[in-house]
Amino acid sequence: MAEAASDPRDVMRTADGTPLKVSIARALRRNRLMALGLIAPLFLFILFSFLIPIVDMSLRSIDNSVVPDNLPRTVEALADWDGENLPPESAFAALAEDLRDGRESREIGKVATRLNYEISGMRGTVMGTSRRVDRIIESGAFKEGLIDANEDWGKPETWLLLKRLSSPYTFGYYLNSLDLRFDPQGAVEAQPEFRRIYVDLFIRTLWMSLLITGLTILLGYPIAHLMATMPLRYSNLLMILVLLPFWTSLLVRTTAWIVMLQSEGVVNSVLVWIGILSDDGRLELIHNKVGTIVAMTHILLPFMVLPLYSVMKTIPPSYMRAARSLGANQFTAFVRIYMPQTVAGIGAGSILVFILAIGYYITPALVGGTSGTLISNQIAYHMQSSLNWGLAAALGVILLGLVIGLYFTYNRLVGVDKMKLG
Amino acid sequence: MALPAYAGPLERTWYYSYRVICAAIFLFLIAPILVIIPLSFNAVPFFTFTPEMLSFDPAGYSLRWYRDFVNNPQWIHSLQNSFIVAIASTILATVLGTLAALGLSRPYTPYKSIIMGLLISPMIVPLIISATGMFFFYSSIGLAQTHLGIILAHTALGTPFVVITVTATLIGFDQSLIRAAQNLGASPTTVFFQVIMPLILPGVISGGLFAFITSFDEVVVVLFLADFDQRTIPLQMFSGLREQISPTILAVATILVTFSIILLTTVELLRRRNERMRGMSPQ
Repeated sequence: MAEAASDPRDVMRTADGTPLKVSIARALRRNRLMALGLIAPLFLFILFSFLIPIVDMSLRSIDNSVVPDNLPRTVEALADWDGENLPPESAFAALAEDLRDGRESREIGKVATRLNYEISGMRGTVMGTSRRVDRIIESGAFKEGLIDANEDWGKPETWLLLKRLSSPYTFGYYLNSLDLRFDPQGAVEAQPEFRRIYVDLFIRTLWMSLLITGLTILLGYPIAHLMATMPLRYSNLLMILVLLPFWTSLLVRTTAWIVMLQSEGVVNSVLVWIGILSDDGRLELIHNKVGTIVAMTHILLPFMVLPLYSVMKTIPPSYMRAARSLGANQFTAFVRIYMPQTVAGIGAGSILVFILAIGYYITPALVGGTSGTLISNQIAYHMQSSLNWGLAAALGVILLGLVIGLYFTYNRLVGVDKMKLG
Repeated sequence: MALPAYAGPLERTWYYSYRVICAAIFLFLIAPILVIIPLSFNAVPFFTFTPEMLSFDPAGYSLRWYRDFVNNPQWIHSLQNSFIVAIASTILATVLGTLAALGLSRPYTPYKSIIMGLLISPMIVPLIISATGMFFFYSSIGLAQTHLGIILAHTALGTPFVVITVTATLIGFDQSLIRAAQNLGASPTTVFFQVIMPLILPGVISGGLFAFITSFDEVVVVLFLADFDQRTIPLQMFSGLREQISPTILAVATILVTFSIILLTTVELLRRRNERMRGMSPQ
């Protein structure tokens, strides 16, 4: 050290002679690599088991490869067609050959289903024609033969549809999710009245989530306040009443609400027994909006109470006493002094409850009937019943966008690392 | 907040009515769960209280639905599946999550918030979207309709809870203890098992319990990924509630409530222990 100090050009060195700066940088780098090495296994795991599947699903919402993959000749023949009248004979010939290949490879059903999403009845047209296509190819009169097999091939709309679906990507599913569609010329137009369901459903989902969030504040605030201002001995006991539902299986809680709300259920029976309702005037509390709202409010209430409680716990009781002694009555003191300090807790709880509510599936599926289902139920319907996976993916991406937006807000307001569990 | 001696009649009325309101809300929270317990002992196949039950006639009660549960191979099979999937995914999630939390809590970790955000994402993304994505991807690589696929999916859903609880435990953790141990000649493994592990164990266990209950309670992903062979208890309940309603579901529900009481007690005891230990450690 003495030597180093005597030479002004020299720098501080470690025992083995490397400059201290270099040595520290190396140690820091090693530290960073160690940290990243600890994180890497989980990161890779989440990447492959979760993030890539989500990205893969998102790509399906714009994927339109069915027609280009299965009708390659037709797509090529239609590339130069101007869209006026009917396409040239060569396009008919190309289609006939594609249909034959498609039938042999058994892939033609996919094309039929895809076209059917756009124009109802196309499934039958494609499947029917593909069965007769050998004879048409033999005869050599492609145009007449196809139109003879099904008159849809004589309509320009059918060919315009094929041309429009020639591109491997489409925004069609997103338009469908917003109750819009392409008209035969490829311009965007509104869906006919009876097919407009998704915008209403999104609005219903948002509205019901907002209502449920509001109800959890309304019910959660008083009990969180009570627990926060009680001696710890008692509040710990009451906390069990909040935590037990939190730890109980979601299916159990939903079952419980079916038991409570059905027409022969506990709530109705008690109301009849008290005499508020007559025996044949039992309320319909389940398989509608009421059922979904009541059950989901109950299920999500702990997620509101816990953050509220942890914020209220930090407010010193002396503030309220100070306000009272300065002449405020209890109401003024509460509104002007206590409430503003709990806003952070209300914000955190609200976003948490709202995020959970807009993606809920199980409870609405079991107690929601038709009027109480949410957007998730429609996604599940397209995944499992209608098999319109592109539309399911598009609806999912829109929902995901909403949730990610809210999540960033939550992160800004609270920070995920400050999230409290149990 | 006891009622002050100077409170007027209005304040007195409010004080008591406020407590009545709170009692009603607590009743709303707990009543549905308590109601199913007596109903699971119903002697007849209904979801409602019979007159015999209300008059406490022993003939109105029976263990019929519990016997039905035990003797039904389908329920027992799904119970086994639930435990296999939950235990395997809990072990995986706990190991991966604890390591990542240790990495995230080191002082010089770069890109901390982005990494944290991505690791937490399975908890934030709605289950229906996760299930949809996993269905497509796992089908394309042959993992759909296998136990392994469901275990991996549940591990992904459970890790955020482990990461969050262990990171929270590590906030009070004194990093110089690691240096002290290394200084005294301990190898990294010794440091981990002798110094770090005992201190973060409560966090690890409660994170593991969260991961367990997440998997044990999860329906949506199982609904998309499972075949008949991989049915779990929640899926069995879900389809039971949709198809034929039998009080066996209430018996299962009661068993699950008992189970969650045990889990809740464990987590609560661990949390208190953790708070005590953190109170002792130097800040």
